[in-house]
Amino acid sequence: MTGGNGSEATRAAVEVRLEDLRRTYGTTTALDGLTLTLSPGELVALLGPSGCGKTTALRLLAGLEEANGGRVIIAGKDVTNVPANRRDIGMVFQAYSLFPHMTASQNVEFGLQLHRVDQDERRQRAREVLDLVGLAAHANKFAHQMSGGQQQRVALARALAIRPKVLLLDEPLSALDAKVRSRLRDEIRRVQLEVGITTLFVTHDQEEALAIADRVGVMQAGRLEQLGPPTEIYSRPRTPFVAEFVGLSNRMPGEVKFGGVEVRGTQLPLVQKDVPAGPAVALVRPEAVTIAGDGESASGPLVGTVIAVAFLGAVSRVTVDLGDITVLAQLPTSAAADHPAGSRVRLALRPDPVLVETKEATTASA
Amino acid sequence: MSRARRFRLQVFRIAVFVVMGLFFLVPIGSMFEFSTRGNSATAPRNLDAWLNIVKTPELSEAIIASLELAVITTLAMLVLVLPTMVWVRLRFSGLSRVIEFICLIPLTVPAIALVVGMVPIYRWININVNDSILTLAFAYLILVLPYSYRALDAGLSAIDLKTLSEAARSLGAGWATVMLRVVMPNMSTAILNASLLSVALVLGEYTFANLLAYENLQVAIAYVGLVDAGTSIAVAVASLMFAFVLLLILSYLGRRQAPFAPAAAADYDLAQTVGLSGGVIGRAGR
Ligand SMILES: Nc1ncnc2c1ncn2[C@@H]1O[C@H](COP(=O)(O)OP(=O)(O)OP(=O)(O)O)[C@@H](O)[C@H]1O
Ligand SMILES: [Mg+2]
Repeated sequence: MTGGNGSEATRAAVEVRLEDLRRTYGTTTALDGLTLTLSPGELVALLGPSGCGKTTALRLLAGLEEANGGRVIIAGKDVTNVPANRRDIGMVFQAYSLFPHMTASQNVEFGLQLHRVDQDERRQRAREVLDLVGLAAHANKFAHQMSGGQQQRVALARALAIRPKVLLLDEPLSALDAKVRSRLRDEIRRVQLEVGITTLFVTHDQEEALAIADRVGVMQAGRLEQLGPPTEIYSRPRTPFVAEFVGLSNRMPGEVKFGGVEVRGTQLPLVQKDVPAGPAVALVRPEAVTIAGDGESASGPLVGTVIAVAFLGAVSRVTVDLGDITVLAQLPTSAAADHPAGSRVRLALRPDPVLVETKEATTASA
Repeated sequence: MSRARRFRLQVFRIAVFVVMGLFFLVPIGSMFEFSTRGNSATAPRNLDAWLNIVKTPELSEAIIASLELAVITTLAMLVLVLPTMVWVRLRFSGLSRVIEFICLIPLTVPAIALVVGMVPIYRWININVNDSILTLAFAYLILVLPYSYRALDAGLSAIDLKTLSEAARSLGAGWATVMLRVVMPNMSTAILNASLLSVALVLGEYTFANLLAYENLQVAIAYVGLVDAGTSIAVAVASLMFAFVLLLILSYLGRRQAPFAPAAAADYDLAQTVGLSGGVIGRAGR
C-alpha cells in the first residue's frame, strides 16, 4: 500500500524483562522467582506441565494480576504498577473472547476507538489486520457465525490492531482440533514475523512450542528450568525434567562410573558434570536406540522381543521388551518393517551424551 | 407428525389460550364493566369514573409519584447492584455466596418489619420520613433487591465475564467502558428483566408506602376506593393496562436490541463492504 514505512512495527519492537517475579495464591506458590528476558521482536514460548505457572506469568506481564514481588519492565520502563489498560499489550486468550454483540470488524475497531483513532483510519486498520489473518471476507460476521479457528484469528487481529508493544498468547489454540491447530500455529508465526512484535506464547504442547518459537522456556513449579532455542532444548536438555518433558525418553537403569554411565553393558557419555558414582537412571532418546537383526541367535542384556510397532509415517516406533524393562526405539519405517511384533532383536545404544537421574538429584529437585 | 396429531395439538393450544385469556380478561372486563356503571341502578352507563381519574388531583399526583418511584428505584438498582455484582464476580468470587444471601434477605423479612426497622435509622440521620421521595425509593430498592439480583445473576452467568472484561481491559478499556460497552450490551435481556420486575413491584406496592405515609398509586387507589368505588376500580384497570403495555413495549425493544440482531448486522454490512481491500499492519502510513 503506502510502502516505505512497512517496518514501523519492527522498528518499535521492544525488549521485555521479567525480573524475579513472585506470586502466591494462599499457600500455593504459582511463580517462584521467574526471570526471563525477551529480545525485541522475539517469540518466546513458555512450556511446562499444567499448573507450573505459565498463565500466571503471562497475566502478571499483562497486568491482569498483581505480583507479590519482582518487576516487569517493558522497553526499559518499569510497568509493575501500571494497570492492564495502560500497558499497551495485545492479548489472545485461551477461551473465546470476542465480544458477542459486535461483528469481527467492530471487535477490531473497539480497541482502536479506545486509542482515539479516528473513524477512517479505524476502518482501514481493521481491514488491514483482518486481511492479515485472512478473514477480510468475514468482517461482518458475529462470533457465533464463525468457527473456533476463525474466532481466534479475529482475536489475534484485534490484539494486533492497536499496535501493542508486546503480544501475549495464552494457549490460543488449545480449543481447536489438531489440523486447524497446526495450520493456525504456523499462521500465528507468520503474522508475528511480519509484524515483528515481541511475543510471549504460552502452551503445554511441546510440538507447538518447538515449532514456532525462537526460544523455548521450560517451566516447572513456578521457575524457569531451561531457556534456549528449540533444537537445544530438544537435543541438549540441561536437566532430567526438561529431557523427560520435551520429547520421549527411555528411563534405563545404569551405573555412573569413570565419568560416564554404563547402561546394560554400554558405556555412554554424560551431559551433567560431577555426578557422583553409583546407581542412576539414564534418559535415552528413542532415536539413540538402534536395532540389529541378529537377536535370534544372540543373547545379552540388550536382546529382547518386539512387542509393538507404531507407524508414524516416515519413521516408526518399535517397543522392545528386554525382560525387566521395555525400551522404545525410533527408526526409519523401512528398517522397522524387518522387525514385526514377536521377532527377537538386539538393541544398540548410540553413544550420545545422556542425562542421568540420581537419587540425590531427584530429591533435590522435588 | 400425522395430521390428526397436529390437529389435536392445535386444539390443545387454542383451548389453553382461551382458558388463560378468560382467566385474565374476565376479571379485568368485570372491573371495567363495574367502573362504567352509573351511580344508581337506573342511571345509564357513563365514563364518569374514568374522567374522575384526571379530575382528582390526588390521583394524578399519585400516578406521577409512582412512576417517578419506579424510575428512580430501577435506575438506583442498576447503578448500585450491577457493578457490585460484576466486581464481586471478578475480584472476590469467594464473597458471592455472602452477597447472594444478603440480597435474598428482604424476601424473608416481612415488609412491616423492614419499615419499622428503617424508621429509627431515618430518624437518626434526621431525614423527614414523610417528605422525600428518595426515602421510599430507598426502601423499594431493598424490596426489589432479591428479584433483580436473581435476574442479573442469570445474565452474568450466561457470559464469560472474566475473559470478556480482561480482553476489553487489554485493549485499553477502563472499568466504566468495560461495564457500559462490554458487560451491559451482552446482558441486555437480563437487565430488561430486572428492570421490568422492579417497575412492576414498585407500581404495585402498597404496604411500604402506606406505612411510611407516602401517597403512591396503590395508596391513592385504596383511599379513593373508600369514597368512590367506581373511580378506584377504573384506576386499578388503568394501572393494570399500563403495566401490560409497558411490558409489551419493553419486550419489543428488548427483542430489537438483542445482540446479533440480523437487522443491525445488515446496517453495519452496508457501511463496511465499501471497498474491501488488503493491506498489512504497520503500513497504514498515517
Ligand atoms: N486465581 C487463583 N486462585 C488460586 N490459585 C490459583 C489461581 N490462579 C492460579 N492458581 C494456582 O497457581 C498455580 C499456577 O497456575 P497457572 O494457571 O499459572 O498454571 P498453568 O501453568 O497456566 O497451567 P495450565 O497449563 O493448566 O494452564 C496452580 O497451582 C494454580 O492452582
Ligand atoms: Mg494456563
